[in-house]
Amino acid sequence: MDNLLARFAENAFWIARYVERADNLARILDVNETFARNNDGEQDWLPIVQLHSDEEHFFERNKEATADSVIFFYILDRNNTSSLISLVRIARENAREIRHLLSTEMWTHINVFYNRLSAMSQRQLTLSRLSGICASIKLDCQLHTGIVEGTLYRDQLWRFYQIGRSIERADMATRFLDIKYHRILPSLSDVGTPVDISEWNALLRSVAGYHAYLRVTPKGMGLESIASFLLFNTRFPRSLAAAVNHVHDHLNSLRAFESLQHVEVPMKTIATLFGIIKTYDTTTVVNEGMHEFLDRIQALLIDFTDELGCTYFGHQQ
Amino acid sequence: MPSDGLLAKYDPNGFFCELFGKMDAPSDHTAKVRDRLSKIKLTGLRRRSKAAENELYNLGITFTVYSEKDSIDRVFPFDVIPRVLSPQDWQILETGVKQRVAALNAFLHDIYHKQHILNDGTVPAELILENKNYQPVMQGFDVPRGTYVHICGIDIVRDHEGRLLVLEDNARTPSGVSYVVENRYLMQRAFPDLMSKIGIRSISNYGPKLHGALKEVSPGGDPDAQVVLLTPGVFNSAYFEHIFLAREMGVPLVSGNDIFVGDDDRVYMKTTAGPERVHVIYRRIDDAFLDPEVFLPTSLLGVPGLMRAYRKGTVTLANAVGTGVADDKAVYAYMPRIIKYYLDQDPILDNVQTHICREEDGLNYTLNNLSDLVIKPVGESGGYGITIGPHASEEELLACHDKLRADPKNFISQPMIDLSVCPTLVDTGIEPRHVDLRPFAVTGKDTWVLPGGLTRVALRKGSIVVNSSQGGGSKDTWVLG
Repeated sequence: MDNLLARFAENAFWIARYVERADNLARILDVNETFARNNDGEQDWLPIVQLHSDEEHFFERNKEATADSVIFFYILDRNNTSSLISLVRIARENAREIRHLLSTEMWTHINVFYNRLSAMSQRQLTLSRLSGICASIKLDCQLHTGIVEGTLYRDQLWRFYQIGRSIERADMATRFLDIKYHRILPSLSDVGTPVDISEWNALLRSVAGYHAYLRVTPKGMGLESIASFLLFNTRFPRSLAAAVNHVHDHLNSLRAFESLQHVEVPMKTIATLFGIIKTYDTTTVVNEGMHEFLDRIQALLIDFTDELGCTYFGHQQ
Repeated sequence: MPSDGLLAKYDPNGFFCELFGKMDAPSDHTAKVRDRLSKIKLTGLRRRSKAAENELYNLGITFTVYSEKDSIDRVFPFDVIPRVLSPQDWQILETGVKQRVAALNAFLHDIYHKQHILNDGTVPAELILENKNYQPVMQGFDVPRGTYVHICGIDIVRDHEGRLLVLEDNARTPSGVSYVVENRYLMQRAFPDLMSKIGIRSISNYGPKLHGALKEVSPGGDPDAQVVLLTPGVFNSAYFEHIFLAREMGVPLVSGNDIFVGDDDRVYMKTTAGPERVHVIYRRIDDAFLDPEVFLPTSLLGVPGLMRAYRKGTVTLANAVGTGVADDKAVYAYMPRIIKYYLDQDPILDNVQTHICREEDGLNYTLNNLSDLVIKPVGESGGYGITIGPHASEEELLACHDKLRADPKNFISQPMIDLSVCPTLVDTGIEPRHVDLRPFAVTGKDTWVLPGGLTRVALRKGSIVVNSSQGGGSKDTWVLG
């Protein structure tokens, strides 16, 4: 058979999204830890909770957003569905449902990845070890991506997987900007101060974009050029534009090489995103309001996921 | 007597040993294996055994135990010392299993058609017609190629003299074949030195063989028929096996929600491009859950309308509906007569002597010899509800006596078989542990038997209960020649 069961397509989409999300969460925790270090440990961990809109859930069981409580909540707390262990668990569950379509290497690695996280205890989650833990999680996520690249059969399943990963990256590109621009920024008066610069620096490093950014913008750190880099630079693999391009290509391939019908439905939203990327630059974004702009992009990404679900995953309208 | 090295202190305590045969005259066919084994040190064996266990865990060859809050993955214990079968023994097993499968299919065809065997009293009619696994919905329905039992697992034991005997037929959804194949792969990685150039028969083609047979029984026997494997889902303890089978056949692993019956009474699966036809379903869910319109109305695992499609002949189910009546422990007792009845042959593999408690003689004999017999309820599987007379306490025997009196029809009894043993790695070293064997037979047009089968081993000292739910493990099974 050439066509894929609708559920399998959805499983593949979510494996990619959850692993990518775990990768990004590890990066967010890492960069916040760096902020904390730069600010003599005074750095607030609350923005991480706010970024995920987890306030209610978090404060049900924690009095304060301390480093310890936030780190546990986002790494090992199984009651938190957006903790790293939960993300990897859900990725693994999705993989288990289509285990028969995955390479043994791909399955074994995700299984071992989850088992390793499961074996970790709360005592190991000290602030001093956080960076190392995040590095090892990032490495596992990248290992996963590499195994997929090298072993996963490239039929529809692989394309839905690729779309899932890019949608998550697009989402994360906007969140990363949000965390710095809207939430963490202490106050307007800090803009351009050494603390501000070092935080941009850390942010770029956390998305592995620091050196690429310098090559593109030799003049140095600036809010607008960094936002432009993360949103509109098609050559940076974690940018919004690169992700949207990638989704666009895979949708086209589903139509051209896999003969799938109704590609126009999700394609419409991608075309809208495309249009925005083409016509906006950072100045227009800042004029509209960065946060409002990012919200609009995120809403479109949610629309796209719904359309994909209705068109290919067998969801009801 | 046992040679030097690893097996120097091994003593099978008078039981028939699968590796040595009779201890006073060790089997020739295992000489090479024994020689190679004896050169491995115990510490080395433990290290390799531990590595194999880790590998099972990493590969996710596990079953999941769910509690309210959490889920724990467990591996089925694997013993690294293989069980080795001679070409002569395999010849008997293979032909015996084929004969048995032929008789089971003929029997099922008969009881779901004209019921000759019931009408002439060879098998009591009420035993079949009142059996909870008898499915009236199958009456008068013709299955493709007359095959009801496409996948059959027949449990075999060996007694103290080395005779191979059938303990049980599994004609519903026998499981375990994934462990047969995975155990082999594991052994090939961990013990290449033990296995090279001794002529072990390959088992790696189980998937293609099964796929081929299932296509043979598709409606119209279409070689391009779409086969799917229907699983109850990830929570099922045999889910790993379902993955394995789908992978080895290269077919989709579907849940009830992934397929549906159309207005045209055909079965379709929901794909990214809309509905696509399904011709054969290897279903790993019980009859009762297959179709809520016909069987349990509360079942969420099945497919509404499936029986309608099945009876119209637009889809083949493997195994067929209603095969459970043939592997009932009470029907088992009649199998030698059933083989004679349909095939006019003597059984190649004998049954274990069985007393049918629904018959007065059988009940009286059982009640009078309780402490020498194994008493089994007929409806249960997985080793549950068994009383092993020689190992039972006074109280257990009394309780068993009462149960027999209250509901004799529900029981059979058999003499205690001194199950053969195999050297097994345990905490205290290498000791004999009791084993059985489940060969797997696949039937489309013809019957093919996977050379080997699942050797289950009772890891507890002295235990003869090999079920994985009760402390059993497994071994790789080598057929030589």
